[in-house]
Amino acid sequence: MMWSWIPENASLIWQLTRENLYLGVVPALIGLAIALPLGIIAARWRWFYPPVLAAVNILYAIPSLALFIALIPAFGLTDTTVVIALTVFSLCVILPNVVAGLRGVPAAVTQAATAMGYGPLRRLMTVELPLAVPVIIAGLRVGVVSGISLASLGQLIGVSSLGYLFIDGLQRSFPTEIYVGLFLVIVLALVCDLILVAIRRALTPWAAAQPERRQRRLRQLTEVTP
Amino acid sequence: MSFFNWAWDWVTTDANWHGSGSIPQQLLAHLGYSILPLLIAALIGVPAGVAIGHRGGKRAVVVINVANAWRAIPTLGLLILLAVFLGFSALTWLVPLVVLAIPPILVNSYEGVVAVDPSVKDAAAGMGMTPWQQVTRVEIPNAIPLILVGLRTSAIFVVATATIAAYIGLGGLGRFIIDGLASDQYGPVAGGALLVVLLAVLVLALFAGLSRLVVPAGLRKQAKTE
Repeated sequence: MMWSWIPENASLIWQLTRENLYLGVVPALIGLAIALPLGIIAARWRWFYPPVLAAVNILYAIPSLALFIALIPAFGLTDTTVVIALTVFSLCVILPNVVAGLRGVPAAVTQAATAMGYGPLRRLMTVELPLAVPVIIAGLRVGVVSGISLASLGQLIGVSSLGYLFIDGLQRSFPTEIYVGLFLVIVLALVCDLILVAIRRALTPWAAAQPERRQRRLRQLTEVTP
Repeated sequence: MSFFNWAWDWVTTDANWHGSGSIPQQLLAHLGYSILPLLIAALIGVPAGVAIGHRGGKRAVVVINVANAWRAIPTLGLLILLAVFLGFSALTWLVPLVVLAIPPILVNSYEGVVAVDPSVKDAAAGMGMTPWQQVTRVEIPNAIPLILVGLRTSAIFVVATATIAAYIGLGGLGRFIIDGLASDQYGPVAGGALLVVLLAVLVLALFAGLSRLVVPAGLRKQAKTE
């Protein structure tokens, strides 16, 4: 470990970190933006989900690196190529969670909302989506963390990210650079993960007020068992 | 020319199917790099997930957070780090792929066991089953569909990511991609990527078949009536 290398290359490291953050987070957010409407439709009209899920499963099977490569003729060796490929990946991770989150809302709760005079849209926005937030964010966390980690692969097709430190470190047989890259990718991913947990807590204040056991008890009481 | 034209031309070129470093050889090498890590990850992830799930309780938060943090480890970085220190030893490519494959297997095995209907578990205990019998005869069979989902996801990850073993000079389908990128030949790059995708789709089909074989008949019946 050569500590002096870090301050000497601080501006490079900072730039690579920002690029990696962008390549990891933007696709997850676009994925979420696509997954929400699709998931809402799929949760509402059940016939819509099986074909979408099949498509998602096949898309999920396409390796990110292969997708980078398939997009090269259209978008070249650019950020766009990596962002599109990782968007597909995160969409596949997030969509099933949106559907599961919305379907997991207890029937008694939606019935109560309807009985209180909530229309379908208002019920969706103020009751169902908020209750689905924990499950949706669980999917988003996987999307963001994996995205940040996968973004370093972009370097293989020449798109700048923290992966540069791995490849340059290998070519120069200089472990310090590889350590720094590994450390920063992991820290970046964990920080984003913590931010998402904080957002979930902020969006679901009732969850903190109820210990899990009470929540489960509540679920048992509210779930209509056949 | 599009990705598919390039890939098709390359794959159908007769010369690429013969001699050293030919498509069949690298395909076999790729399978070798994929199967062993998956087996090791399954031997670690399934028992760990089942054991934690069996004990239940508040461990969900721990499992999910650990698995999420685990996903942050960039495979390429870990591979390169090990390559610098260990050279071409088997551990160099095994460890990163095992690390990559563990989280989906662990999380799904855990979720599968935790989600088993409590009344079913109670019935098993009430029939006088020992804890070991409860796990092997009731909890695992009920959790099989989710355990398979975890194994499938990991298998796809590993098949996709074994590609980067070529980056440190090993074989497999990544050889075509990495060498093609280095020499600015898009043909082998596209062809190699296409073969990886086909292999991943094959894995998907294999698991679809496998789930027909190993999912208990009672669970399938239940799924149909739901």
